[in-house]
Amino acid sequence: MFIEQLQHHDSVMHNISRRGFLKTLGIAGSGLVLGVTLPSFSPAYAAESGNGEMNLFVSIDESGEVNIICHRSEMGQGIRTSLPQVLADELQADWERVNVVQGLANASYGSQNTDGSRSVRHFYQTMREMGASARTMLEQAAAEKWGVPVEEVKAIDHKVVHQSGKSLGFGELAAAASKLTPPDVASLVFKNKQDFKYIGKGLTIVDMHDIQTGKTQFGQDVHMEGMLYASIVRAPVVGANVLSFDKDAALKTPGVADVVAMPERSFPVGFNSLPGVAVLASNTWSAQQAAKKLSIEWTQHENQSHDSGAFLATLQERVKSKGKVQRSVGDAYAELDKAENTVQASYSVPYLAHATMEPPAATAVFKDGQMEIWACTQTPQSTQNTVAQVLGLEPSQVKVNVTLLGGGFGRKSKPDFSVEAAILAKHSGKPVKVVWSRENDIQHGYYHAISAQHYQAGLNDKGQVSSWIQRSAFPSIGWTFSGNTNEPQSWELSLGFGDVPFQLPHLSCESHEATAHARIGWIRSVCNIQHAFALGSFVDEVAVAADKSTPQMWLELIGEDANIDPGQQGFEFSNYGETLERFPLDTKRLKHCLNEVIAKSGADKPTAANEAWGVSVHRSFVSYVAVAAKVKVDNNKVTVLEMHSAIDAGTVVNPDRVKSQQEGSMIFGLSIALLGEISFKEGKVQQSNYHDYQVLRMNQCPEIYTHIIDSDAVPGGVGEPGTPPVAAAVANAIYHASGKRIRDLPVKNHMQV
Amino acid sequence: MISFELNGDKVTYEGDPNMPLLWYVRDELNLTGSKFGCGVGMCGACTMHLNGQPVRSCSTPMAAANGARVTTIEGLNSEAAVAIQQAWQKLDVVQCGYCQSGQVMSATALLENNKQPNDQDIDMAMQGNICRCATYHRIRAAIHEASDTLAKEVS
Repeated sequence: MFIEQLQHHDSVMHNISRRGFLKTLGIAGSGLVLGVTLPSFSPAYAAESGNGEMNLFVSIDESGEVNIICHRSEMGQGIRTSLPQVLADELQADWERVNVVQGLANASYGSQNTDGSRSVRHFYQTMREMGASARTMLEQAAAEKWGVPVEEVKAIDHKVVHQSGKSLGFGELAAAASKLTPPDVASLVFKNKQDFKYIGKGLTIVDMHDIQTGKTQFGQDVHMEGMLYASIVRAPVVGANVLSFDKDAALKTPGVADVVAMPERSFPVGFNSLPGVAVLASNTWSAQQAAKKLSIEWTQHENQSHDSGAFLATLQERVKSKGKVQRSVGDAYAELDKAENTVQASYSVPYLAHATMEPPAATAVFKDGQMEIWACTQTPQSTQNTVAQVLGLEPSQVKVNVTLLGGGFGRKSKPDFSVEAAILAKHSGKPVKVVWSRENDIQHGYYHAISAQHYQAGLNDKGQVSSWIQRSAFPSIGWTFSGNTNEPQSWELSLGFGDVPFQLPHLSCESHEATAHARIGWIRSVCNIQHAFALGSFVDEVAVAADKSTPQMWLELIGEDANIDPGQQGFEFSNYGETLERFPLDTKRLKHCLNEVIAKSGADKPTAANEAWGVSVHRSFVSYVAVAAKVKVDNNKVTVLEMHSAIDAGTVVNPDRVKSQQEGSMIFGLSIALLGEISFKEGKVQQSNYHDYQVLRMNQCPEIYTHIIDSDAVPGGVGEPGTPPVAAAVANAIYHASGKRIRDLPVKNHMQV
Repeated sequence: MISFELNGDKVTYEGDPNMPLLWYVRDELNLTGSKFGCGVGMCGACTMHLNGQPVRSCSTPMAAANGARVTTIEGLNSEAAVAIQQAWQKLDVVQCGYCQSGQVMSATALLENNKQPNDQDIDMAMQGNICRCATYHRIRAAIHEASDTLAKEVS
């Protein structure tokens, strides 16, 4: 059915105007529609097929309305605005006449897994190509209608204009354009940067009005006639199953329709539902009340001996000895023995939960062999595939609708909650909405792994670092999917550890084993959290020992301008799924961010006696962020006064959304630094709601300043890189203000916050 | 029987008087602008106005609504509310948006009680509303902006 396929480096453009495919997307099929095929993306964090066929779309109907599909999930990062604005710019469309249509789960898109800070990174160029192709076809259609050479016409402001002054609107040209062959991608002419109308502008997000007036639909908001509301009590210890429960007590509660034992589970836990008991009722309240009456007894499992405090002590002991070498150069141990002065320190970060404002929720209907799901998911495709697999269906029998997400941060790229809804919908034959309570969310998450790090440095008589040893130990995300992985994986160590950006003659990066006792998952910036905290803190400690400023120590350690390849020192560096040619580890950009944040914040200026600045810098998701934080310490009480960041994320599509992501990710980092801690006793999570798993509130929020570094480089990640450097910057500031060194997060365990 | 005024309309309810107002409005009336965040009054996503005062509807039993005037985000239309929503738009406050109807409800109630709040007043009134995306300092700025707008309209 394709008119023609044209290949050019990464993408293939198709004219798919007459394909029935679009009808399933709810878009009128008349007029011009372009699709594009992308190569498979290496799935960075989740096991799912990335083999795509048809991918992104733009359609123009005969009234001139432009529909742009957003196949990525919106969770506050502004992607439903940012990607369409790139396409609209190249198309020369009027933004007021653009509709954004949310794409369904479909393998044809390539990966839809919205995590890893890669939506703009992976689709910026594609969006430009699609916009430019559609524009070229509209111009060609106009030229043919007028019988003039195409060089004499030009698309501008939603119409094509001839040099004589006559013009035709996009809508008037859509039908004719749809019959044309898409241009060779290699022949496309793109707009120059100075001609950008939308790219680089802070357009207001497309959902702004509906959000403010309560009209949006999140996963928790889905409502269907005859729907049952489910509340599930899940096994408190990972590995335990239901032994017995009091079905009758729950059934007697008014409004309750059914009480259902969820399927038993073993390992690996994967994305599957957890064992437990579900109550189905006519409203959420009845379901939640009845769930309290289930009196469930659970089977025994060895994970019930898990105590996070004791476990951390084991990891901390382990990282004091030599581990498995992941990257090395020279002989760090021999040099350490020869050093004039040595510094060593251990750091830890506890388990963390996402605590998205919207707890997970999914609604499912099973009818005539077809499962349809509405969910706040970051990953519609693995929702589709996991549901199909668990229920013995074909993926084609599972349709997944993506609602808005009330926060994601990685939690909602695990589709366990959709699996629950699907199981219950199939069981009951009615629409079922599974509503996770906050307690469910805090106690049955996929946790950021508890971790310990140990760093050692040797200094010569000039205070220069001659030897550097670093070690890390934490349960691996790999365990969640294998059931037996017991050590950090190289892709996890690629997040701020094995890619330490130092050019030192003697370096050893090592890892240690750690067993998982809970579902381990990824949370905003993943292992960069613990690695950037440890590294940024230790550089500060080494600077103090060498009697140098912290920025000076960073600049010495980073060394000359260079592109570093950790692979040359034996490390299997995954570089966020990118090549080093396209996204080098560029020390010049790293140093520039650090210098810029100091210049902009005044972090090198004197402060009041009980106040101080702390700084740190980190590359993650192929972007570079430096943070300067100013704190005040009064009688062991910490107040964070202001935080600055400088971000180099390459080309920026929507500066206001980059700024808002920096603000959000830095406060996310500040919540981790000051407050974040999930602990386990007897295998169970000790926290349950926002009173004991605290996140930052308005009265604790410092002034925040974001400095975006102007760059024409390829777009890098934005949603996550602001988080990693925060904890070290704050802990360093606390040290310089009070003399108290925080090496074990969160700060609240040591000081008042 | 419990009866009250919701967004200007009279509603009646005969179920469990302990059921929180939030679940009645969301599940039975299908008004989903008020959000469920914590169920224990700790996050503010469910904020409604009960006789003009902000309340956490997840922890407000239906019995407490009897005879009252309840406003949800869907029924918000006061002068202060319009100023708040315009300021929110002007400063591009929202990210994911889930907490924002609660934020708008709390901020509107603040301005209706105090036309010229300072930063401390704002922190006091808004610290019960969590925003995990951390739009806090934009919210603070937007409340000042709305307050200035209201002051200009009066003068």
